[in-house]
Amino acid sequence: MGEALGLAVGLVLSGDADLLEIVLLSLRVSLTATAIACLVGLPVGALVAIGRFRGRNAVLILMNALMGLPPVVVGLLVYLHLSRSGPLGFLGLLYTPTAMIIAQAILITPIVAALSRQVLEDLHIEYAEQFRSLCLTRWQTVQALLWDARYSLLTVGLAGFGRAVAEVGAVIIVGGNIDHLTRVMTTAIALETSKGDLALALALGIILLVIALGVNAAVQAVRMTAARQAYV
Amino acid sequence: MKTALSAHATALLPLTVRDLVLRVDKATVLDGVNLDLGGRGCTMIMGANGAGKSLLLKLLHGLMPSTSGRISWGEHAPSEVTARQALVFQKPVLLRRSVAANIDFVLKARGKDMTRRDALLEHVGLSHKAGQPARLLSGGEAQRLALARALATDPEVLLLDEPTASLDPASVLAIESIVSEACSRGVRIIFVTHDIGQARRIADDVVFLHRGRVAEHTAAATFFPEPHSDAARNYLSGKIVV
Ligand SMILES: Nc1ncnc2c1ncn2[C@@H]1O[C@H](COP(=O)(O)OP(=O)(O)OP(=O)(O)O)[C@@H](O)[C@H]1O
Ligand SMILES: [Mg+2]
Repeated sequence: MGEALGLAVGLVLSGDADLLEIVLLSLRVSLTATAIACLVGLPVGALVAIGRFRGRNAVLILMNALMGLPPVVVGLLVYLHLSRSGPLGFLGLLYTPTAMIIAQAILITPIVAALSRQVLEDLHIEYAEQFRSLCLTRWQTVQALLWDARYSLLTVGLAGFGRAVAEVGAVIIVGGNIDHLTRVMTTAIALETSKGDLALALALGIILLVIALGVNAAVQAVRMTAARQAYV
Repeated sequence: MKTALSAHATALLPLTVRDLVLRVDKATVLDGVNLDLGGRGCTMIMGANGAGKSLLLKLLHGLMPSTSGRISWGEHAPSEVTARQALVFQKPVLLRRSVAANIDFVLKARGKDMTRRDALLEHVGLSHKAGQPARLLSGGEAQRLALARALATDPEVLLLDEPTASLDPASVLAIESIVSEACSRGVRIIFVTHDIGQARRIADDVVFLHRGRVAEHTAAATFFPEPHSDAARNYLSGKIVV
């Protein structure tokens, strides 16, 4: 154990090429998934936040329920769609980084939508009367809410990214942990441990921890910046 | 800044309010308000806390429906002419942006000349705060920004809900002169205040609300020396009226 830890630190410090490849792929997959989740989740959150339509409560319940989607179930569903016999099998995406991006995006889009809905709805309650007085269009209202909630929404995005990068169940099913192709930090940790490559697993564990800490620090920094300008 | 009066075909005034009733949560706040306001000047609305002044302004501005009764701005219902009026709220809501960006936002949203921003800030004495986060303004500064934002929309009718409630004496006079200047340009002013001195300074006429009705509507020159209603007399002499 002590020996493995020493090796792990060595790997991290030496900037080992394999290690770097895994870390960069992890970041690429999870950042892309987060971007997609924001692209889809923010407008959905905004529409539900300011919309008054039939079935709104049902949508709210659904959004909150989807937040707790088990990653392995998402992985399984994406697998079934992308596998050769599945409806999207012809795309040949199974066991590619794209498949992992799809799975993670599905996993965190509800998180971004539900959390941003809450943020935007609170803000809308505060602004609604003033905006009606100014006769803003719906689109102007949405734009203004998104911009004025920018700090809170940034922390929502970070929360989504944190969840995506630490997730293993979905990406291992649709990615398959193929060396030099779809091996990301979490799948490497999960599988290399069982194969006995403790040093690599530990090195990745350390980096994952640092990323988690970094995300939390970023959230904290965003909150403090917002508070300093009284933009909370 | 130029007046927007000429830009519209049909006039907003006179304002006619008939048998206006407003119930909120089963409580009757307005109980048969009747009011006629002519084309020009500055009308002060006075009355005790909870008399329904703020809600009356919101009804006039078309922000909420009444329970019954009728409000006509010229030939228009209030909600048809919200955009031709501006309301400065009792508690102004400022955007989470800089002072300047708060004005920019309104100018842009309403398709106004963006270059007017600096003049508007100058007009309310906030030029030196242009880059500061609006949410860090003092209460009085926030009121002045809210007034500048209202003026940015070139309203034909300016509704003000206690816009000087938290201001120092110099700022009160500054706001009054801005409002008077707008009034002299032909902007119709409807101004809620508890400040009797202020009402004396700028009112042309006074509407006194009491128990959900207009207890009296009198020219300012008569209202202050000899109000007609007991309610207004008690209010002016500092006796509590509920
Ligand atoms: N949204 C609301 N729900 C329930 N009651 C309300 C609501 N808004 C106002 N009221 C009640 O209606 C009454 C009139 O309120 P309003 O704000 O118009 O009073 P006001 O004359 O402006 O008083 P003040 O001088 O204190 O500003 C008050 O008794 C208030 O409690
Ligand atoms: Mg009030």
